Amino acid sequence: MLRLEKRRQPSQAFAYATPVMAVIATMIFGGLMFAALGKDPVAAIRTIFWDPLFGQHAFYYRPQLLVKGGPLILIAIGLSLGFRAGIWNIGAEGQYILGALGGAGVALAFYPMEGWFIFPLMILGGAIAGCAWAMIPGLLKVRFGTNEILVSLMLVYVAEQLLASMSLGLMKNPQGFGFPGSRNLQQYPSAHNADLIANTGMHWGVAAAFIAVIFAYILLTRHQLGYHIRLTGEAPRAAKFAGVSPARLILFCLGISGALAGLAGMFEVSGPAGQVSIDFNTGYGFTAIIVAFLGRLHPVGILLAGMLMALTYIGGEIAQSSMGLPAAAIQMFQGMLLFFLLAVDVLTSYRLRFGKGEVA
Amino acid sequence: MDLSAINPVLLIASLMVAATAVMIAAIGELIVERAGVLNLGVEGMMITGAICGFAVAVQTGSPTAGFVAATIGGAALSLLFAFLTQFALANQVASGLALTLFGLGLSSLLGQGYQGIKPPATPRLDIPVLTDLPVVGRILFGHDLMVYVGLALVAAVWAFLKYSRAGLILRAVGENHDAAHALGYKVVRIRIMAIAFGGACAGLGGAYISLIRVPQWTEGMTAGIGWIALALVVFASWKPWRVLLGAYLFGGVTVLQLNLQAAGIAIPVEYLSMSPYIITIVVLVIMSADKSRAPASLGRIFHATS
Repeated sequence: MLRLEKRRQPSQAFAYATPVMAVIATMIFGGLMFAALGKDPVAAIRTIFWDPLFGQHAFYYRPQLLVKGGPLILIAIGLSLGFRAGIWNIGAEGQYILGALGGAGVALAFYPMEGWFIFPLMILGGAIAGCAWAMIPGLLKVRFGTNEILVSLMLVYVAEQLLASMSLGLMKNPQGFGFPGSRNLQQYPSAHNADLIANTGMHWGVAAAFIAVIFAYILLTRHQLGYHIRLTGEAPRAAKFAGVSPARLILFCLGISGALAGLAGMFEVSGPAGQVSIDFNTGYGFTAIIVAFLGRLHPVGILLAGMLMALTYIGGEIAQSSMGLPAAAIQMFQGMLLFFLLAVDVLTSYRLRFGKGEVA
Repeated sequence: MDLSAINPVLLIASLMVAATAVMIAAIGELIVERAGVLNLGVEGMMITGAICGFAVAVQTGSPTAGFVAATIGGAALSLLFAFLTQFALANQVASGLALTLFGLGLSSLLGQGYQGIKPPATPRLDIPVLTDLPVVGRILFGHDLMVYVGLALVAAVWAFLKYSRAGLILRAVGENHDAAHALGYKVVRIRIMAIAFGGACAGLGGAYISLIRVPQWTEGMTAGIGWIALALVVFASWKPWRVLLGAYLFGGVTVLQLNLQAAGIAIPVEYLSMSPYIITIVVLVIMSADKSRAPASLGRIFHATS
């Protein structure tokens, strides 16, 4: 008979080991799934995890790792702060879309003027738009006690409709021959979020992601606000007695995660994506939730998890084109990763014991 | 624009159809939450049910078999959630999200090759004299069977919670799992059964969308209905009959905006399509004043020896 026994202290060793265990379990079960689809499991796993880094065309894929990882890390860092405090912003996808619309809106308003100040203004526009979108669930929660999970998620669907409306209407390229989508910002030098060093994939968004990791680390380990976040998550009652204002914490966590998601959207639309179009968003906002948990809500962990998730995106695309692996299989693979992570996470605070326990 | 083209009788009749999927999913989630478990995976279970039901109905040619398969599919997926939260003691919010992400991937994987196919038609109820009655005939007697199954489910859940001993135990587990455990009730077992029931309902609701309401299969076709079902439970203050009310309200908004789109009103289509989500938020804000009704153990992890 298998039973769980609570540890006195959460195990440090397992805290580091569980993400690795989850990745290995996902590889095994993902391989079984690929085999069930009639693909060679070993080749599929190698294509996903090995080829983008060390394969024949790795020189092309390595920069992509930063391009895909950047927004994931940026969004996940913001989400992790809230998740730590028990504030569940799961509408990052919507804030990402709004950030993109805000940033592109600023750029298109200035078009075709050139100037050094346009890009910083776009950054500001993206951050403010994302932050404002996240403030809706924040303010509703603080003022009326409305569930932030549901409101932030509903707003994703609203944002998607807004995106469709913008790319078909207000932001449509007047010289686009009637096709939906805005002007291409890659062809507008002042607004283009180009690679900082050519062909490395290192654009401003990736830089922002690294900066966010550092700031989040300092915030959580060295700053009182970070301490309050951790305290609220681990012992809400104690936090209240210690004078932590829940309302301020909710607004801060939602605001910062919204702003970071907005930034990610803005950097994406002005760089790799190039234009506002109906389907420019690729679900980074939802994948970032997996990244945040896989990184155990720790900034450095999120950095690694974001890179790993970017790898599955790129490897998945390669496997799609070279092996005919369906895109949905990759999506399922990523979902599986979160499952296994949650399942093995129990080992950090509980111990598995065999045999019948004494009566409790 | 021609608003007179909107026929109120047809509007009410189609409102009942539009409300059924979200109602069935919400009544299942209501049981889960009354047992003290917050399963945010409704969307994932619904879409899995939608494709399971669709695929089986197409293969066998029988919509009934499809609905049965959807029920099994939804329940099977929910057992994954049950394992994570009841045995591995994982965070319920995160597990529910994982279930949704996984379900979306699973459904689009299963759904390959089913796009653009028409499912077998589900017969409508047609009682010779009654259905032909003016006004009430179409509203009360002209629907497919699942509309009545949905209504019966609401009534059954209400009666179960209010009058049966098992319902009382379920509520006890949801209100205070430690006390229920001390009284000798199997908290984990009861919760797993509740979660499976919720999954089965979500699957059934999903199949209603793919087999009757739309009827075809497209990826991500539930488009947030599962999340609206979750919102509906809050709206209903965890009371079964209010789920019915909320579902009809939501169905009414959906049908009305579709009718307005068809009538060519001056508001752009995208803004009309937003309206069900925005109204859900507004309703949530109004209802969240009443906090007292939430089951006291909702979302808390239960570990017997701790």
